[in-house]
Amino acid sequence: MDYSIKIGGEAGQGIQTIGNTLARVFSRSGYHVFTHQDYESRVRGGHNFFQIRFSNNPVTASRNRIDILVALDKESILRYEKELSEHGHIIYDSIMIGNPPYPPLEKGGKGGFLDIPFINLAIEHGGSKIMANTIAIGAILGMLGMKLDFLIGIIKDTFKKKGEGVIDANIKSANAGYNFAVKECKRCSFTSASLTNSKMLISGVEAIALGAVASGCKCYSAYPMTPSTGIMNYLASKGKDYGIVVEQAEDEIAAINMALGASFAGVRAMTGTSGGGFALMVEGISLAGITETPVVVALGQRPGPATGLPTRTEQGELLFALHAGHGEFHRVIFAPGTPEQAFFLTNKAFDLAEKYQIIVLIIFDQYLADSSWTFDGFDLNRLNYTDYRLRGDIFKHLSEYKRHAFTDTGVSPFGVSGDSKHLVVTDSDEHDEEGHIIEDAETRIKMVEKRLFKKLPLIRQEIKPPFLYGSSQPEILIVGWGSTYGVMREVVDVLSKGKNIAMLHFSEIYPFPLAKNNPSPTLLPQGEGTSEGVEFDYLTLLNKAKLTICIENNATGQFARLMRTETGYTFTERINRYDGRPFLLEDLIGEIDARIGRL
Amino acid sequence: MPALEDYKGQTPAWCPGCGNFGILKAFKEALVELDIEPHQFTIVSGIGQSGKFPHYLKCNTFNGLHGRTLPVATGIRLANHDMLVIAVAGDGDCYGEGGNHLLHALRRNINVKLLVHNNQIYGLTKGQASPTSMEGMVTKNQPFGVFSEQMNPLALSVAMDCSFVARGFAGDIENLKELMKAAIIHKGFSLLDILQPCVTFNKINTYEWYRKRVYHIEPEYNPEDRIEAFKKALEWGDRIPLGIIYKNHRPILEERIPVIKDKPLVRQSFDMSGIETTLKEFY
Repeated sequence: MDYSIKIGGEAGQGIQTIGNTLARVFSRSGYHVFTHQDYESRVRGGHNFFQIRFSNNPVTASRNRIDILVALDKESILRYEKELSEHGHIIYDSIMIGNPPYPPLEKGGKGGFLDIPFINLAIEHGGSKIMANTIAIGAILGMLGMKLDFLIGIIKDTFKKKGEGVIDANIKSANAGYNFAVKECKRCSFTSASLTNSKMLISGVEAIALGAVASGCKCYSAYPMTPSTGIMNYLASKGKDYGIVVEQAEDEIAAINMALGASFAGVRAMTGTSGGGFALMVEGISLAGITETPVVVALGQRPGPATGLPTRTEQGELLFALHAGHGEFHRVIFAPGTPEQAFFLTNKAFDLAEKYQIIVLIIFDQYLADSSWTFDGFDLNRLNYTDYRLRGDIFKHLSEYKRHAFTDTGVSPFGVSGDSKHLVVTDSDEHDEEGHIIEDAETRIKMVEKRLFKKLPLIRQEIKPPFLYGSSQPEILIVGWGSTYGVMREVVDVLSKGKNIAMLHFSEIYPFPLAKNNPSPTLLPQGEGTSEGVEFDYLTLLNKAKLTICIENNATGQFARLMRTETGYTFTERINRYDGRPFLLEDLIGEIDARIGRL
Repeated sequence: MPALEDYKGQTPAWCPGCGNFGILKAFKEALVELDIEPHQFTIVSGIGQSGKFPHYLKCNTFNGLHGRTLPVATGIRLANHDMLVIAVAGDGDCYGEGGNHLLHALRRNINVKLLVHNNQIYGLTKGQASPTSMEGMVTKNQPFGVFSEQMNPLALSVAMDCSFVARGFAGDIENLKELMKAAIIHKGFSLLDILQPCVTFNKINTYEWYRKRVYHIEPEYNPEDRIEAFKKALEWGDRIPLGIIYKNHRPILEERIPVIKDKPLVRQSFDMSGIETTLKEFY
């Protein structure tokens, strides 16, 4: 079984509430779940949707085909009716949105329209029309032939603070919707799986934020901007439990400078934004470079230029992130492909930032940010926390201290100011070992060498190779980075049945992973989704394949260009999508098939 | 007890006669009199002649970017509010490039001491008008004279209910030192605007020009009366008041953040043991 439910309607109608609740019911029931959201930049009105896919097998992308459409507005029917599967159903309330433009079931097929009086049932059973969404959720579970137990549990959790009355009204409404659907949906023929273990359900932004919490982040300063705001929301909610100060800055310039101030003073600091805000931070990124102040920046990409499509998705800022900041200095760039990768790469970002006193960028996009995935849990033993700062008595009793002292590794010990009589001095001007402003050429050369050349080989060693999935000697190799992981992986699952195909996914992008001389790549274990494993010569793999396709959610093929710059390799084909929407499974299979056909 | 020599830093590269020398002298004396040792405070400076101030001293230093002193200073205080944090900026730095940060530092009332070396001109870039240059001042870049009205940082600060507002003069070191001490002791965001002659580029607002106009605010003046403070802040021209213009006792930001109420962030160790429980919230 592999079903997709789409909830369409206007902003403010509760699409997210229905979607998130259903997703939670499915994950608690033990299903694999993948959700994806599409919304306009407005608080009320317009047209948005929330899509949930669930299955007893792993799911990591959205499909073009839907099984239940919840139409909270008429537009949902007009737009998505064509996406309905053979057995698909559209549920709607004719009192709310009127009847569809054609009589139910006229289209043939085995599915159909189901008119459910959401509002009347809500008033009758829940005492208020605001229960309409609970009616809808109950009805869907009735159609699917699932039990209400998990929903009742979620209702109790959600409305704990609102009291018994609200809980009771919601439970009654859920039952009313459920019973209505069981009785009226005569053509419903959905099957369910019997599963036992509940799964964890987490979105990309939640995973980044949770990763920051689990890495000892103490200060997060940011200016709200879609799709990164969720990180700030989550950290603010955990501030008291974990001792995290979240400061909403007056602008992104202040946000990065505050983070640098906090980091300089001795705590782990982070900021997050989107492209436009990152543009404002660029000067501060450079400041982090010369002052060697550790900082983690989460950059949530969305379609530009300028305001672009502010609530939609794009992978358009890879090269911007790579080149952001005047002058020459190091950075590390990660682009997680799943919430699990986002969690562990955020942890690695903090570790590398502190270890090498550099900036680490985590670039993601709206698609990953707002998509929720299920997991059997995160292995917390994989987390790393090492305090690299010089603190307390160790710093106090040091005989000599220079903040920017020349060392073999290029990394100078970073003291916590105030813990010792030694002074901690740094400067945005070129400086000497103590951190004081200088002009002389000799010191300048040594400082450049320290920051750039000495640190680089060490940082490079930390970068994991790309993740290979599918055939170990592929004829067809699809390549991507960041949020395309899930859809590419499913493409490989589907096409592997008749083709010799594999996916190469890059999540640790810069410094660009080195291709090592190991001609036979070891196939990495399935289901991990992380770049664990041996280093292998991905270039040989690329060179041996007949067809190599670089798949990117941008117009110009930024990763393809980076690959060419770093390795000299040019992909034989590229698939680019730049309409602000993510790749869907069937679409991408079609595009790849077309290119295989040309072989 | 620290001595003046303990603060000796690099040899200043300022022009001979620069108002910054007076500010440096007053500052060192204030530190000695307040018994503050070099490691006990951090100066955050920006870019401009004032930006070099901490290099000519001995202290923890973050010499950051033009206009960005206050966000860095805020970040340091958020991480470690046991640390005395002094932001040093110029008029172009703080009132021009970093104007937005000033507005919001005033709103936050973060306990940072802001010293503005206000020479009413851009020195480092060689003589362009600054936000506090007087209307009509002719420069290479403003050949028809400055058209914009002169910014009044003190009136702005009083209007924003800044916790401590004062004006000093680099040519009156004794008074300036006392004002610096008052600003440091005061609990709350403190803005000390310092009239600083630029002997090279500002041929209007010279030592002599200031000396003719400045006066010490009368001892009976009540700096806690905001309306009177606003009137005082508007005085400019023939008579320019020096002293504490305004002060209040608003709670500081650091005391209002529950997370750091008991201990600064930098003294709070990270405990990973709770993560497992937090992870359960995603089920």
